[in-house]
Amino acid sequence: MSFSFPILPDGHLLAIEGLEPPHIGALLDLAESYALLNRSGKTQRDLLKGRTLINLFFEDSTRTRTSFELAGKRLGADVINMSVSTSSVNKGETLIDTAQTLNAMHCDLLVVRHAQSGAPALLAQKVSASVINAGDGTHEHPTQALLDALTIRRRKGRLEGLTVAICGDVLHSRVARSNIHLLTAMNCRVRVVGPPTLLPAEATRLGVEVFHDMRAGLAGADVVMMLRLQKERMTGGLVPSSREFFRFYGLDREKLAWAKPDAIVMHPGPMNRGIEIDSAIADDPERSVIGEQVEMGVACRMAVLDVLARDLRRNV
Amino acid sequence: MTDLLFAGARLLDPATGLDTTADLLVRDGLILDHGANLGRPEGATVIAAEGLCLAPGLVDLRADIGEPGHEHRETIASAALAAAAGGITTFCALPDTDPALDDPALVQFVLRKGEATGGLTLLPYGAATKGCTGKELAEYGLLREAGAIAFTDGRRPIANARTMRLALSYARAFGSFVVQHPEEPSLAQGGAATEGELATRLGLPGIPPAAESMMVQRDIALARLTGGHVHFAHVSTGAALALIRAAKAEGLRVTCDTAPPYFDLNETAIGDYRTYAKLSPPLRPEADRQAVVAALADGTIDAIASDHQPRDADDKRLPFAQAEAGGAGLATLLGITLARFHGGDLKLLDALALLTVKPATLLGLPVGRLAKGAAADLVLFDLERGWQVKAGQLPGKAQNSPFDGRALEGRVVGTWKAGRRVFG
Repeated sequence: MSFSFPILPDGHLLAIEGLEPPHIGALLDLAESYALLNRSGKTQRDLLKGRTLINLFFEDSTRTRTSFELAGKRLGADVINMSVSTSSVNKGETLIDTAQTLNAMHCDLLVVRHAQSGAPALLAQKVSASVINAGDGTHEHPTQALLDALTIRRRKGRLEGLTVAICGDVLHSRVARSNIHLLTAMNCRVRVVGPPTLLPAEATRLGVEVFHDMRAGLAGADVVMMLRLQKERMTGGLVPSSREFFRFYGLDREKLAWAKPDAIVMHPGPMNRGIEIDSAIADDPERSVIGEQVEMGVACRMAVLDVLARDLRRNV
Repeated sequence: MTDLLFAGARLLDPATGLDTTADLLVRDGLILDHGANLGRPEGATVIAAEGLCLAPGLVDLRADIGEPGHEHRETIASAALAAAAGGITTFCALPDTDPALDDPALVQFVLRKGEATGGLTLLPYGAATKGCTGKELAEYGLLREAGAIAFTDGRRPIANARTMRLALSYARAFGSFVVQHPEEPSLAQGGAATEGELATRLGLPGIPPAAESMMVQRDIALARLTGGHVHFAHVSTGAALALIRAAKAEGLRVTCDTAPPYFDLNETAIGDYRTYAKLSPPLRPEADRQAVVAALADGTIDAIASDHQPRDADDKRLPFAQAEAGGAGLATLLGITLARFHGGDLKLLDALALLTVKPATLLGLPVGRLAKGAAADLVLFDLERGWQVKAGQLPGKAQNSPFDGRALEGRVVGTWKAGRRVFG
C-alpha cells in the first residue's frame, strides 16, 4: 500500500490529537491489510530488516509490550525489550540520560511507556529514533485508539455516525483520551459515562457528551467501551467502594440491555472482573470483542511501524 | 567619590509624578539635585542620557535565592548580578531556604552576604513559622531586630487557619505583616497545571483556580478577625483579585502583588509540556490574565514582584508533572512590565510605581524615589530598545525564564546603587 501524503509527518506517533481524519483512515487501512496478512499466516520480514526497535517500558505491561514485540518481529526488526524499573530511575538516571544511551545504541524505532504525561514527547526531542507513545501517564495511548477503531470498523463496517459510550475512570485514562480524539475526529458521537469524580474537567470541550447515569449513557449506543478502574482510585477516595462502583457503573446484562441489541463491548485490558465488568459479558462471544482487540493491536502496531519506517528510509 | 551627572535624561519619579527631561546630580552616593540647569560641576562624571529614561532603582518584593542550601541554582552573588542587570537595587529574599531563615543569626548571615555584593540592598524575610513548616510561629521580635523585613513561609502556604490567625495577630506587635502564598494545599496537592480543558488534553493533574481564591477568602476573614496585615503574593486569578478589591474597600489591611508571568502569559505557554512555564501558582486561562491586567490598572495590586525562582536544568528537564515549578524573573522584571505600558494597559508612571514607590511604601522603606537627599539608587533604561529574552544568555546563574524567546521593547542601560555603577 502506498500513500500520496506523509501519514505521520513529524516522524513520531506521540498522540492522536492533531492527526487528521485522512491520516487516521490511512493507518486503519494499512492495519486492516496487516490483519489479513496475519490471519493468512504469512509475514513480511524484509520491511524492517536491519532496523532496531527498542521497547522501553517504565511501567509494567505484558500485553502492549508483547504486541509491539510481535509486530516488530513480524516485520523483521531486531526487537529489544528494556524494562526500566522504577528503582533504577530513583537511583538518579533521568530520561535525558536514557535518551543519550539509546542514541549511542543507534535505535531506529523507540516504543515508550511511562507513568508521566509528556515523557515520550520529551524523549522525542532528545533521541534520533522515531518515538511511538505506548501510553504516557494520563495523556494518550494512541495505538490503543487505533486498534479500538479498527475493531469497531470491522464489526460495524464504518465509524461515522456510530454512538460510542466510554465508561468508567475517564479522568485517569489515556485510553479514553486517545479514543475521544480519534472517534470525534472520525465523526462518531462519543459519550463519557462515570461519576463526576472520575471525569476530567471540561470534558465537554473535547467534543463529548457527559453522563453520570449509566443507563442513560448507554441508551442506543453501538459500542460500549469499558475502562479499567485502578484499585488506588478507591483508596484515593474518588469512589467509596468497589461494590458501589459495580452497582452503578459496572457493566452487567441489565445495563447493557439499554444499548442497541447488537452493541459490542470493548475493554483495553487487563480487566477487573466484578468491578467494572461482569464476567458473563466479558466472556460472551456474542457481545465481547475483547479478543479481537488484542488481535487488531498487533496489526495496528505493524501499520505504525511500517509508516514510521518509510520515513526512516526517506531520511537515509 | 566624584560627582555623577546624568545629563538630559527623561526623569521619571512615580512618587511625585515627575516626568520631565532634566539633569540629575549625584554626590556622595545621594541624589543632590535635579532640574534643568544644574551646570557641569568640576570633575563630575557625566552620563549622556539624552533619549533615555532615569527612574528610581526597582524594589522587588519577592525573589527566591538558592543561598543557603541551593547554591547550585543561584547564589546571593549571582542573584545580585541578575538583579543589577534588571535594574533592581533592593530586593526581598524568601526565607524557605535550607535551613529556613527562622533564626536571627541566619537573617544576619543573609544580610551580610547581601552587603558584600556591594550592588544591592538584600532584605531577607523571616520565616513565619519555624522551619517554614507551618506549625509553630518563629521568633518575630528577634527576627525583626536582626533585620527581617516581614514574615512568610515563602513558597509554602500557611495552611492551618489557627497558625495563620496567630501569625497575623503576633506580627502586629512588631509592626509587621505576613506574606501568604495563597493556595489551599489539600486542593492543590499533586497538581501541575490549572484545572481545565488544557490540563485535561495534556493529561496533567489539575489545580482548580478556587485553591487560590478560597485561601484568599479565609485569610481576609482572619485579617478582619485579628486586625493584622496580610499580603498575598503572586495573585493570579480574577476571583482572588475580586475578593482583595472588596477587602480593600472595606478598609481591611490587605495588600497583594503579582508577578510578570501572570499578566504576560496564559496557560497555553505550557503547551508541548514546556517546563520553563511550569510555575507556582500555575499559569491561568486568558480571562484571568486579563483580570490581573485590570487589577494592575485599578490599583487593586500594590506591586509587581519578580517572583524569581531559580531552577537548573536537572530541575526542569523532566516530564512536566515531575519538573520543579518556578521561573527566573530578575532580568525581565522591567521589560515585561513595560510591555503593559507599550500595550496601552498602564501609564508609564503607574507601571513604574508598581516597581518602585509602591513596594517601598509597603515595606516602609525610603527607597524607590528620586527625592533630593535620597540614596542614588537609579536605573537608566531605553524605553524603545528591542531585545529578545534568551534562556542561556541571561545574567546570573538561573536560566529558567518562562519568557524564553519573548521579544521585548525597553531595556536597562545602566544601574546605580548609592551612586556606584553596578550594571552597564
